[in-house]
Amino acid sequence: MKPLLPFAAKVFRFYYDGFSNMSSWGKRVWIIILIKLFIIFVILKVFFFPDILKREYNTDEQRSEYILDQLTKSSETYD
Amino acid sequence: MIENADVALTDWSRAQFALTAMYHWIFVPLTLGLSIIIAMMETVYVRTGKEEWKRLTRFWMTLFGINFAIGVATGIILEFEFGTNWSNYSWFVGDIFGAPLAIEGILAFFLESTFIAVMFFGWNKVGKKFHLASSWLVAIGANLSALWILVANAWMQNPVGMVFNPDTARNELVNFRAVLFNPVAVDKFLHTVSSGFLLASLFVLGVSSWFLLKKREEWFAKRSILIAGIFGLLSSLLVVFSGDTSARTIAEVQPVKFAAFEAHYFGKQNAGLVTFGLLKDSEVESGTMDVKDFAFRIEIPGLLSLMTGGNKEAFVPGIKDLVYGLPDSTIIAVTEKMRRGRIARDLLYDFREAKKQNDNIQAETIRKTFQDKDFVNDYFRYFGYAFLDRPEDVIPNVPVAFYTFHLMVMLGFLFVLICCIAVFLVLKGTISKNRWFLWVALFSIPLAYIASESGWILAEMGRQPWIIQDLMPVSAAVSQISPGAVMTTFILFAVLFTALLIAEVSIMIRQIKNGPKH
Repeated sequence: MKPLLPFAAKVFRFYYDGFSNMSSWGKRVWIIILIKLFIIFVILKVFFFPDILKREYNTDEQRSEYILDQLTKSSETYD
Repeated sequence: MIENADVALTDWSRAQFALTAMYHWIFVPLTLGLSIIIAMMETVYVRTGKEEWKRLTRFWMTLFGINFAIGVATGIILEFEFGTNWSNYSWFVGDIFGAPLAIEGILAFFLESTFIAVMFFGWNKVGKKFHLASSWLVAIGANLSALWILVANAWMQNPVGMVFNPDTARNELVNFRAVLFNPVAVDKFLHTVSSGFLLASLFVLGVSSWFLLKKREEWFAKRSILIAGIFGLLSSLLVVFSGDTSARTIAEVQPVKFAAFEAHYFGKQNAGLVTFGLLKDSEVESGTMDVKDFAFRIEIPGLLSLMTGGNKEAFVPGIKDLVYGLPDSTIIAVTEKMRRGRIARDLLYDFREAKKQNDNIQAETIRKTFQDKDFVNDYFRYFGYAFLDRPEDVIPNVPVAFYTFHLMVMLGFLFVLICCIAVFLVLKGTISKNRWFLWVALFSIPLAYIASESGWILAEMGRQPWIIQDLMPVSAAVSQISPGAVMTTFILFAVLFTALLIAEVSIMIRQIKNGPKH
């Protein structure tokens, strides 16, 4: 493990210096990125974009049944 | 019933996906092309050691960074929409779509995310060659990410390399090579990334021309124009070549879409290629089909036959032939495809019934039928036709397909000319004096975006009603959720993306006005 620590420290230092010395445009776009990611993953994904099949059904078998039902509904009617 | 699926729900779901995809596509092509241009500029810097080239590279890298940062993760919303708005489709296609998208995610994360940090934070901290390698890896990573997305999209246009599992109602990947080397995927990748290179070249040409118009940064602007002009010229030639091969492939695998490009309703030999035209409602009646005619057109006689069939006498089927069939030909009427699709669907229904009644022998027989090549080729490949109400449903919006196609092609040829002139003038040393050209180059930036978006509108609107060609129409793919909910998220996206676009443009304009740092 020892050789990894100096490498990890170097990587940390690299990113730390990079963010510390970031230009004003860089800071501005990072603020936009963070706001955007918050909107996408915390607001949109949680409140507006559930995975319908995962939410409604517990197992893959149930999901398959639902889709098969959707796909073959007309055959049932004709029958 | 799916046939009676709520039209409002389907339309709002489509509109929402289109809005998200089109906004996402504003950011992507510039990333694809500008990353390569930056890597080329940095290569010159590393080879010559001249600080001016480093300054030039860093300026374009700033604009690349703004575009990349604002655009990043906008594509993830499309994946959310698959699960929420298109759950039937997502399940039906799952394994096929999952593999390329997973590879894309891993590549994007490891290549772009890792090396982009070196690109921006690594100046004076890592060696010149390592920094250059990082820039190239970001460019390669971005373009490889595009490859996997386009492979997934191409599968929807020409589904290959899979087998349908009636137990799970999913298509399963059986031939990854067929999916990766799908002719539509190859054409689409070449055409899309080369159009991204061209758009980025025009962006660099336009911004550099602005500096020359302002009589600022002459050395910097001329070098940028030279690199972007040459790269743009090569890219534009690749765009033309790949566009031609792409059209030939579409003529084979999506013939109705191809006929719609040209508003080609009635098949004929010696068919001409329309270079420009205006459509009007036709006085000719053809069943219940809504026919458009030309109010005006400029046509190159025989070229369409030559391009698709190899000679002027080749017969090019029209929309009418493809819908109603053509006696003594291999073209099958849509009514027959609907019949075959319904046989496949009824068999799927029988399979479910057999399983419910524990009739294992019958279920096993049907399971084997779904794996039988003849059944797949003759019946299951038309599965989606079972959901259509009438044969004319396979016709896309012809005016949209026609106008977007011709707008894209005309602008494409204009861009070849612009790149040629740019290289000529900059080599001749008179580009600063030709202010008319500088203005043309500047205004080519929005035109490049219009051409690029037109290409996607054409690709996606032109293949309607299919979400998966011949296998699933959009009406069968949509989730049964409230249209009101879709409408709400549509408005949310419109606001979010417009805000992001305004942010990008304003930050970019400020950085352009600041110019390269001395």
